[in-house]
Amino acid sequence: MNNEKLENEGAMDVDHMAHLARMYLDPEQVAEFKNQLGEVLRYVEKLQELDLTGIEPTAHAIPVENVLRSDEVRPCLDHDAALGNAPSSFQGEFEVPSIID
Amino acid sequence: MKKAVSYEPTVGLEVHVQLKTNTKIWCGCPNRYGISPNTDICPVCLGYPGALPVLNARAVELTVRTGLLLGCDINRYSKWDRKNYFYPDMPKNFQISQYDLPLCVGGGLDIEVEGERKRVNLTRIHLEEDVAKNTHYPGRSVIDFNRAGTPLMEIVTEPDLSTADEAMAFLLALKEMLSYGEISDCNLEEGNIRCDINCSVRLAGAEELGTKAEIKNMNTFKGVHRALSYEIKRQTTEVQRGGEVVQETRRWDDGGGMTQSMRTKEYAHDYRYFPEPDLVPVRLEEKAIEQIRSELPEMPASRRLRFVESYGLPAYDAGVLVAEKEVADFFEAVAGICSNYKTISNWIMTELLRAISDSGQGLSDSSITPENLAGLIGLVDGKKVNMAGAKDVFQVLFEEGGDPAAIVETKGLSQVSDEGAIESFVDQAIQENEKSANDVREGNDKALQHLVGQVMRLSRGKANPQVVLLLLREKLKN
Amino acid sequence: MGDLQAKTIHELADLLASGNCGAVEITSDVLAAVDARNDGLNAYISLDAEQALADARSADDARAKGDTRPFLGIPIAVKDVLNIKGQTCTCASAILKGYRSPYDATCIANLRRAGFHFVGRLNMDEFAMGGSTENSTYGPARNPRNSEYVTGGSSGGSAAAVAGEIAVAAIGSDTGGSIRQPASFCGCVGLKPTYGRVSRYGLVAFASSLDQVGPLTRDVIDSAILLEHLSGHDPMDSTSIDQPVPEFGADASTSLKGMRLGMPKEYFVDGMDPDVEKAVRDAVDVCAYLGAEIVDVSLPHTEYAIAVYYIIATAEASSNLARFDGVRYGARISGDDPIDLYGKTRLAGFGNEVKRRIILGTYVLSSGYYDAYYLRAQKVRTLLRRDFEGAFGRCDAIVAPVAPSAAFKIGEKVNNPLQMYLGDLLTVPANLAGIPGISVPCGLTGEGLPIGLQILGPDFGEKTILKVAHAYEQANG
Repeated sequence: MNNEKLENEGAMDVDHMAHLARMYLDPEQVAEFKNQLGEVLRYVEKLQELDLTGIEPTAHAIPVENVLRSDEVRPCLDHDAALGNAPSSFQGEFEVPSIID
Repeated sequence: MKKAVSYEPTVGLEVHVQLKTNTKIWCGCPNRYGISPNTDICPVCLGYPGALPVLNARAVELTVRTGLLLGCDINRYSKWDRKNYFYPDMPKNFQISQYDLPLCVGGGLDIEVEGERKRVNLTRIHLEEDVAKNTHYPGRSVIDFNRAGTPLMEIVTEPDLSTADEAMAFLLALKEMLSYGEISDCNLEEGNIRCDINCSVRLAGAEELGTKAEIKNMNTFKGVHRALSYEIKRQTTEVQRGGEVVQETRRWDDGGGMTQSMRTKEYAHDYRYFPEPDLVPVRLEEKAIEQIRSELPEMPASRRLRFVESYGLPAYDAGVLVAEKEVADFFEAVAGICSNYKTISNWIMTELLRAISDSGQGLSDSSITPENLAGLIGLVDGKKVNMAGAKDVFQVLFEEGGDPAAIVETKGLSQVSDEGAIESFVDQAIQENEKSANDVREGNDKALQHLVGQVMRLSRGKANPQVVLLLLREKLKN
Repeated sequence: MGDLQAKTIHELADLLASGNCGAVEITSDVLAAVDARNDGLNAYISLDAEQALADARSADDARAKGDTRPFLGIPIAVKDVLNIKGQTCTCASAILKGYRSPYDATCIANLRRAGFHFVGRLNMDEFAMGGSTENSTYGPARNPRNSEYVTGGSSGGSAAAVAGEIAVAAIGSDTGGSIRQPASFCGCVGLKPTYGRVSRYGLVAFASSLDQVGPLTRDVIDSAILLEHLSGHDPMDSTSIDQPVPEFGADASTSLKGMRLGMPKEYFVDGMDPDVEKAVRDAVDVCAYLGAEIVDVSLPHTEYAIAVYYIIATAEASSNLARFDGVRYGARISGDDPIDLYGKTRLAGFGNEVKRRIILGTYVLSSGYYDAYYLRAQKVRTLLRRDFEGAFGRCDAIVAPVAPSAAFKIGEKVNNPLQMYLGDLLTVPANLAGIPGISVPCGLTGEGLPIGLQILGPDFGEKTILKVAHAYEQANG
């Protein structure tokens, strides 16, 4: 899907990853993760040793195809049960702070 | 003065179509519109922890059907992928879609603009899930998940379009096909069809395409036309004066009549596509595709042809009748009972379409049945009621339904054809309109019509006009 | 106070059938044991005593009216990662505080139909990410053998409760060894079924292509009983396999004559705890004594398994955990706009290990890195699976250690993620290949900490591994 790119072996832009994951991190966490995950990335480099010519990726351990269901209505979740778990709701809808487009 | 260099636009569309299935794509919640918020929901379409998707077979069928109608290659093997991004209308903060192996590839649709025919090629058609609906209020936004998980078919065109008119023609032709194909309700107010526009301009005759801007989430065809007209002009003006078109996402502001950059939106998305582990691939056997092909509904063009050939209707009539599938279906139902095809066509083209238009609703909301119309035509042919009376009966049938013969009775519209009964009215009319009578004796046909009208008035509309005419002519013969 | 909670499911079934005890008695004993000993183990996160007794009373009433289901009224504890209608489901995370399940997981509904009821939610590593149950918002679980030692993870609370006899049995989940390894560390039986054997609908997902639900029990027969009732094709789970559920415990014979057991040399790693190695080799000798033929097999790509696992599992997890955003359920810390809401909620709601894995998983899928990491790992995964297919051509089951060591001290590895990850070397391959595996106790270290024997089988080979496990267990006394 994307071109192979192995810049900066072991270095990771933790801030950018946190942004993609929509997760704030404390500066200490950023520094700590950079070290720890850097170590992990160096460890996983060993996968580069292998010659994978002609090997197909395994997306599903047990190969299955064509799992489909018929177009029939099934019981829904009770509205109150669903809204009951909502941290914040307004007139029957889930509420969030204003979305700025 | 510098001569303005000529630029030509290149336009592609990504059309999102909600499929006409009973249930959502990954779960058995109803697929419908206008329901009270957060009713048609379950752990799956709410993205609850532990919930899993299961593919709706009908959604696949309808997508393959679309591919067949548009002449696409149907991929025998296709798979699902996760498109990862965060937004409040996303129950899982990833959308299950198809990335590298969609259900259909290629294909195209012919359009006609001002007599010129053109082929608009397609890149692909894939299936994915629709998102929830956000509504904005001051200080807050709210989310209704009824729509989340609706099966959504994405049709991507090649950048083959060049003008706003072509884009409009494409959308209209696509809508006709989708509606006829019973693939989507194509109700724009309900958001059944939305599209994103990709637009760029390049020097006339240049090989390379210019930088493109994207206008997202257009939900009316007229809006597409306006937005595209504006955007083409905006880009052309920009490059003509030496500026650059920025690759960005823009929003159409209908009130202000302009597209605007969506400056706060993150459009440099890294979707991190990977194969969806919770779903398995779809392998379509030849048999399955042939089955879908055999169930293809008849398309407008062939139906128009058939109406001309089988029913002997003029091409004009066929065109009008076939324009709306419901109406064409109605015609055929009546034609199954009564063989006065042209008469049926006339009734539909004049009375029925007018009644539909006046009522502001669709044919299916009215009360008239094919049996009703066939019966009414029979009564007119049998001279039991005249045309004027029949039109009144028609209106009743349209609004309330019922039995045509009974309505004629109740409303006292039975046509009087008996010469004896009519004769007295004719004599009275001649007596009361001496001048007209004399004009008729002198060969004035207009005066004759006037007298017919008088007789009709005297008989409270019940006299058989043909008999009236006959009698008047006899009596006023010179 | 009785000791019914220390009995096995099959023993309790006999007592219930013969009228020697009732469901309320069993449940009361469980509650009393939890009261007395959970503080020392921290195995349970929560427990609704009132509901538990009410369910037990219903079971007794039903039995009195003629309901003869053998397991009616037997209480089971559940790892806090499975949805049970009306119960909380925290996944040991702050981000799911307040969440109450509106639905039953399918495997739970299956057990319910068999008559079991559910008492207590068990401690775990947050979102099943960990090998020690130290990554829990509720504090670490403690090894019943020695409270200064970890239980293993992520189903640490489950293993501790079962081995510590404060639950009759438990249902856990295994993504990279999370049932087998804590079973091994605590001294009980833990089974991971073939991928697709047990429905995942209702299991809070960690790594979708690796997760499986399975039982932790005090003996192999109980494991077979629970597996049989957990299993079955589920139309709500597209990855659930349509295979008939055999009576897993059917083969009661304890002879292993005619069986070939493979010993993979790559699983006896350098630096392995010598006590562990000896216990496992001794266990294999017992199997030979029972009639099995021991053959050497090779799983040559074993050394790559950790790398493959930590790329695939974290990638899938980073995506699966995106739904925890404070919008529809769980805890929320509000913000100026949704992005701020997400950022704050996820910062506060996730522990460090979860955050680490989300970051790593995001990275291996990100633009420019997908081919080098995720795609490559999925290809090596194919090689790992082929290793097993090759080995099962030469043997009926594989016997090996569960982990290179026994339990370690609480706090010992918590600051070294990579070291923690390396402990999973011998369990992750089974998840990557989708094959079933069981851990059965086979000895103690010099410090008195339990050691487990791992038995791996081919796809849908649970009957085989249960047979070997049962035979060994009976011979081991």
